[in-house]
Amino acid sequence: MKTPDDLPPPRWAQRLLRGYCRPDLLEDLEGDLNEYYARNLKAKGAKRARLIYILDVLKFFRLYTVRKPPPVPFFSPRTMIGSYFKTSTRSIWRNKLFSAINIIGLAVSMSVGLLVVAFLSDLLSYDHFHRKKARIYRVITTDQRLDQSAMELACTSVKAGQVIQENIPGVEALTLLRRGFGGDAKVGERTLPTEALWADESFFKVFTFPLLQGDPATALKAPYSLVLTEKSAKKLFGEADALGKSVQFDTLNYVVTGVMKNIPPLSHLRFEALVSFSTVELQKPTTDGGFLSWESIYMTYVYLVLPERGNPQTLQANLHQLSARENARLTNRKIFLSLQPLQEITLGKHLGNQIGPTLNWLTVWVLGGLALVVILSACFNYTNLSIARSLRRSREVGMRKVVGALKRQVLEQFTFESVLISLLSLVFSFLLFLFLRTEFLSLNPFIADLVSLNLSPRLVLCFVALAVVVGIVAGFLPALFFSRIQAIQVLKDVSRRQLFRHVNVRKALVVVQYTFSLIFITATLIGYDQYRNFLTFNLGFTTENVLNIKLQGNKGDVLMKELSALPAVSGISQSRIVTSVGSLYGTQMKYKNDSAGVWLNFVDEHYLPLHHHQFIAGKNFRPRPQPGEESEVIVNQQVLKRFNIGQKNPNGALGEIVTVEGKKLAIVGVLKDFHYGTVENKIEPTVFRYSSQESGGYLNVKITSHDWPATFAEVEKAWRKVDRVHALDATLYDDQIEQAYNQFSVMLKVIGFLGFLAVCIASLGLFGMVVYTTETRLKEISIRKVLGAGEAELVYLMSKGLLFLLALSALVALPATYFFFDRVVLVNFAYRHPIGWGELLTGALLVMGLAFLLIGSQTWKVARSNSAKVLRSE
Amino acid sequence: MKGTNLGEFEELVLLTIASLVNEAYSVAIGDELEKHTGRAAKLGVVHAVLNRLEEKGLVISSLGEATRIRGGKRKRYYSVTHAGKVAITKAKEVRDGLWRIIPGFNLEGST
Repeated sequence: MKTPDDLPPPRWAQRLLRGYCRPDLLEDLEGDLNEYYARNLKAKGAKRARLIYILDVLKFFRLYTVRKPPPVPFFSPRTMIGSYFKTSTRSIWRNKLFSAINIIGLAVSMSVGLLVVAFLSDLLSYDHFHRKKARIYRVITTDQRLDQSAMELACTSVKAGQVIQENIPGVEALTLLRRGFGGDAKVGERTLPTEALWADESFFKVFTFPLLQGDPATALKAPYSLVLTEKSAKKLFGEADALGKSVQFDTLNYVVTGVMKNIPPLSHLRFEALVSFSTVELQKPTTDGGFLSWESIYMTYVYLVLPERGNPQTLQANLHQLSARENARLTNRKIFLSLQPLQEITLGKHLGNQIGPTLNWLTVWVLGGLALVVILSACFNYTNLSIARSLRRSREVGMRKVVGALKRQVLEQFTFESVLISLLSLVFSFLLFLFLRTEFLSLNPFIADLVSLNLSPRLVLCFVALAVVVGIVAGFLPALFFSRIQAIQVLKDVSRRQLFRHVNVRKALVVVQYTFSLIFITATLIGYDQYRNFLTFNLGFTTENVLNIKLQGNKGDVLMKELSALPAVSGISQSRIVTSVGSLYGTQMKYKNDSAGVWLNFVDEHYLPLHHHQFIAGKNFRPRPQPGEESEVIVNQQVLKRFNIGQKNPNGALGEIVTVEGKKLAIVGVLKDFHYGTVENKIEPTVFRYSSQESGGYLNVKITSHDWPATFAEVEKAWRKVDRVHALDATLYDDQIEQAYNQFSVMLKVIGFLGFLAVCIASLGLFGMVVYTTETRLKEISIRKVLGAGEAELVYLMSKGLLFLLALSALVALPATYFFFDRVVLVNFAYRHPIGWGELLTGALLVMGLAFLLIGSQTWKVARSNSAKVLRSE
Repeated sequence: MKGTNLGEFEELVLLTIASLVNEAYSVAIGDELEKHTGRAAKLGVVHAVLNRLEEKGLVISSLGEATRIRGGKRKRYYSVTHAGKVAITKAKEVRDGLWRIIPGFNLEGST
């Protein structure tokens, strides 16, 4: 151990002093400080002495002690940055059109890039607030049934969780979560619909959700314990202390054992409360085939933490063994467990029964790819225009080289210039980004739910990095071109050789630009056409003026009575789900010895007539008070075909008995095929069963009035009479269908917007090109004119090159888009609309028209210029 | 020029340097000042004043020997220049002149 005498003064303070102090004062000062320090060390002890030393160092920071900053090496011959800066700003100022085109193009395109960067950054920082984030894994399930493709699920069985916890070594902590707890929390008079998860006591060991009140180790231990989030605690108890109070769900009382901080927005787990898992263990629900069964894989989620330096492979091997052992007892079915890292949950592979919002990499790649194309297009503009006006600047470069510039320095100069322009555009694009962000978030509630796109220093840094990269990419080709210029040649004979050497590169870039623009535009038009077609698709039944009201636990007949009193209501029916909007409800059906999956809906006797379903044979359900023994079923044609009932004669099928979920039901009606799923799916066997009590389902209300707001208000009033707690959830059937295809409309909006940008950028670039090329050919045009060429001829002469390029890009783009849609996109849709030539050509004509206008106006201007003046001034 | 006038503390420092003869370096000056005036002379303040005096040309400095306690750093010794001598003499004369014209009774017996 050191004696106090030897203890040196704080190292960092010493360094600080050496850092700021002028060298001529430093030695003396440091010596003085050391002397004082030594003195204080004896008199006042090490701690005080060190503190005084630090304070003295800070106090010495004065004008006269501070070293003068070294002159900024702007003009040093080594870096030349100062000179680059000067020439770049001059050149930006001098060529206003050129700069404006580039800055606008880059700004517009980069704003999209910024959006993608922000989006990706949010997705990648999901669940980062968990302390053990790198070691947390979720146990996921692959369900393989005989004759069916394997299904991957995010959930697993309770049994799996318990066996892993008890028998498998190398797991630091494991927690079981179970979804499906939801209901109205009651505290005194206050009622609040609450979405909760069951979670066991290790929950807080695995995840980092800090508790404001309560003990994380025991909060979820006892049955009927409840942990609220700060927000829900405030809603239920106001400012009062929630801890220890009781909350009622249904008839059961739960005790609040903890209040946790609100969940950060970027968390894949979202809930308003947690209920102890021991509660559900007590209740032992009998749904989905036994609570503790190996096959009961649909409700429970298992998360575990590996120890530091734990090996997921070892655990994975153990899980395989476990699966194999358990699967030995199953017939026709295999269930495998595997591990999924926490950080791959939100942005990872597609799994069924996800617990939070997810997005697959494909979407991100597509979005990123589209943004990249638009950005590249703007970069091409820069490249093209720089090379096009090389005539002017090649002299400058020639001079530089003669004076002694190296190849590398010219390269640096032009890269610097492009990066400068790109950074300048970043400022504008940032403003655009702020605007785009709100638009993007309001595009779809899912997006707003998924990401918040908040700014952070890291994100801004990413933005700047993006701008620099864009600048380098844009400026690379021109910089290379200029750096290779031979000084003697340029200065001697500036006219032809240099200027037209890179024409092919430019041509190729223009073609690529226009090809992409055309693909975007035609894709949008074709997509829009298909989308319209989805919405107006003949589903086989009527959805017009039907208002679907979610019952949210209320008795259907009570609300029905209220609603039927309204004059605007002409009919009401009940159903368990709303079909054709993507909701599915499947079950197994047996006919004789044949068994197969069918889609199912429970409806009352009014449902089929109200939706104008067409009977081919038989009749509707008989009205029947509940609870009567269920005896009837109505099927569609596909059922007859699949099970071969009645030799495909609908009337022969009537009266046949089928077994659904253990009930023997007689077919009383056969419906014409209709769409149960969305248009993506083929029509499959579908059955209707009778039920007039669907409190978890919907009321389908047929409206005759056209005064929609008034009707809605009346419906709402009726709803209030029945249910005071929940807000009315009513949507027109047609709107629901529109929502079902919402992803397409979002996709269309995104692609359409990008297409618009791409066209604008390409047009800007084309405009610049035309201006520069016509400018350089002014003399030639004038001479031609003097020799007798007509204006129309001249316009044709100047524009034919570009027109040829445009035609070429159309020739590439249109068939490419057609095949892409025909072979790749639309094959996923069972019922698709043929692609019309109209959609293909409209886009092309639109873009071409714009290009003609740009080229035409400029060449026309040049063709009409006064040739005498031009020739004289030369 | 502002530099011809001495501040009170500047004058004290200048006098201390003169009194210390060959031992006038910052720490010693600070100690001596403290001994005579009874008030703690902060190292930073002393340094600032020394720097200013040197700028005004009233003192001149040179680097001396290093000691272990200073961590091997050399001391900077100060000595009063001719201009410095003139300045303190002038300051003393100004005071003496003022003292001389104060009537004797005027500083006696006052509260």
